Amino acid sequence: MIGLLLRDLNLAVRAGGGFGLGLAFFLIFASLVPFGVGPETGVLRVIAPGILWLGALFACLLSLDRIFQLDWEDGSLDLLATSPLPLEGVAAIKALAHWITTGLPLVALAPVLGLLLNLPGPAFVWLVGSLAVGTPALSAIGTFGAALTVGIKRGGLLLSLLVLPLYVPTLIFGALTVARGAAGVDAMTPLAMLAGITLATLATLPFAAAAALRVNLR
Amino acid sequence: MSSLWEYANPRKFMSTSTTLLPWVSAIAGLCLVVGLVWGFFFTPDDFRQGSTVKIIYLHVPAAIMAINAWLMMLVASLVWVIRRHHVSALAAKAAAPVGMIFTLIALYTGAVWGQPMWGSWWEWDPRLTSFLILFLFYLGYIALWEAVDNPDSAADLTSVLCLVGSVFAIISRYALLFWNQGLHQGASLSLDAEENVADVFWYPLLICIAGFGFLFLALVLYRTQTEIRARRVKALIAQERMT
Amino acid sequence: MQLVVENLACARGAAQILSGVVFSVAAGDALILRGPNGAGKTTLLRTLAGLTPPLEGHIRTAPEAIAYAGHADGLKASLTVAENLSFWARVFGADDISDAVDAFDLNDFLDRKAGELSAGQKRRLSLARLLVTRRPVWCLDEPTVSLDTANVARFAAAVQAHLAGGGSAVIATHIDLGLPGARTLDITPFVAKRIRADDPFGDEAFR
Repeated sequence: MIGLLLRDLNLAVRAGGGFGLGLAFFLIFASLVPFGVGPETGVLRVIAPGILWLGALFACLLSLDRIFQLDWEDGSLDLLATSPLPLEGVAAIKALAHWITTGLPLVALAPVLGLLLNLPGPAFVWLVGSLAVGTPALSAIGTFGAALTVGIKRGGLLLSLLVLPLYVPTLIFGALTVARGAAGVDAMTPLAMLAGITLATLATLPFAAAAALRVNLR
Repeated sequence: MSSLWEYANPRKFMSTSTTLLPWVSAIAGLCLVVGLVWGFFFTPDDFRQGSTVKIIYLHVPAAIMAINAWLMMLVASLVWVIRRHHVSALAAKAAAPVGMIFTLIALYTGAVWGQPMWGSWWEWDPRLTSFLILFLFYLGYIALWEAVDNPDSAADLTSVLCLVGSVFAIISRYALLFWNQGLHQGASLSLDAEENVADVFWYPLLICIAGFGFLFLALVLYRTQTEIRARRVKALIAQERMT
Repeated sequence: MQLVVENLACARGAAQILSGVVFSVAAGDALILRGPNGAGKTTLLRTLAGLTPPLEGHIRTAPEAIAYAGHADGLKASLTVAENLSFWARVFGADDISDAVDAFDLNDFLDRKAGELSAGQKRRLSLARLLVTRRPVWCLDEPTVSLDTANVARFAAAVQAHLAGGGSAVIATHIDLGLPGARTLDITPFVAKRIRADDPFGDEAFR
């Protein structure tokens, strides 16, 4: 299992794209927002929590189809399925690798983008906290979507269509945590909800993803 | 020994549904005509909402069936996953576009009703928003059916999506309640029909709900028959090619 | 470890391809699968590997004993030869790749990226993976594609060594590997292309 994780991380770093792409997208997305809504700091301050969460969500989405597609194309997925590793474990490790290469850098970059968008001071802690707690759910849900669409040629668009509605609760509680943090009211409740969603998806979705993989491999 | 599962045989399903269809269609038509005419022309105007309230005869039944169609797909998916009955999988496939159109009707009539009531075509009320999300779920479900070539694999994958989607739909529903209360304190644009519907509105509404229910049943039976015939044609073509 | 297959029926997608496949391969034996293109050799091997569930029949060998190698090499272009092999060794719970490297003479390009190798070299690396799985039953689909004569001989030697060590192999191939004592099974008699028996839409007509 650890071997698979290390290999995936290694591949993400070496292939270039994987590691930096989501991060660059997040940066560009957040910097484009003021061009769309105008430079008034009052407006940006209000929408910053939502924009930052949306940016993180789309950055995650961008690299989802790579989770299984490359292994599917070169035959590694067949070999992994016949290996001693349980497919559920493979799916969980793939989600973890996706989170380390996409979610974790987003968590690190988010405060910088918060500055760009005039996020109020007390909200920074909540921004980092909610992203750290919530992005694993994005990876787990995305891995499930990627497993569903792995056999489909040019399934990227379909993947977004399937995954985005599933992202709704995570987005709501994530953005709400930051918005409440910015407003100085209790943000612990949505954060706890977010943690609940993350734990539930991590516990269950690898099984659903493995079921979908088995169907797609046969 | 006769059992429910006999109808999982396509041939048995075809003959039974062919017998049932005219009756179900007739009952649906009758209920809809009676319910809608009664509701539209023979009920008084609401003291507060005027005649606009009469859109509930389309809005409420469509909304109820939009959710029930998904529930039916969930049950049919479970039957497919557990017992591998092909008709069940095809019925789930057949129900999805019907459910999606019901969702669309509920959203559209909601907008038309909301305009004079709230002064805007769309409010991010939790209930409205959950229907929008339900619409997206239908869209993804149908798209996945279309994208997978092998029908058995498509049935398996869409079943898994339906199961996972159902759980997320419920979580979304409660997340939305939390979200809206969180941002708009005190905003209570409830669309709950039961709390302000008097008996004069209630009976025609019940008939309309029954009409929409039978309409759904008839459409699903028709569409399942079509799906079964399509599979039969596919099987014949495949047989032809192999011999 | 022996591989016993009883009355196996295999499907690819909605179509049944083979039925009534019966054979057994004892430890130390190799079985060469033959049959025209599209007969179902790949389908049979994928069924043996446990990727495709059989329609009927049984495979009396634990899936944990079977090592599968398909058409695709399963290599990562941006990893080196050594990294590719070590990864699979680790997945299969082995830590030593030197015998696999020696068997397919990969010593000269251990530190080259797999993406820079020629097709034949990639194939050798892909076959070397079989040795690190430490699994007794090899199910190989056209293993000699892109291999030159010298490397076919090297591959045959590796199979020989595997058999001598008590392993067994099922190999779909069109060329003569020169394996002494290997039996040949023509799968043509088992070809039964029709609608799957469990497909209720293929039986008698309905309105």
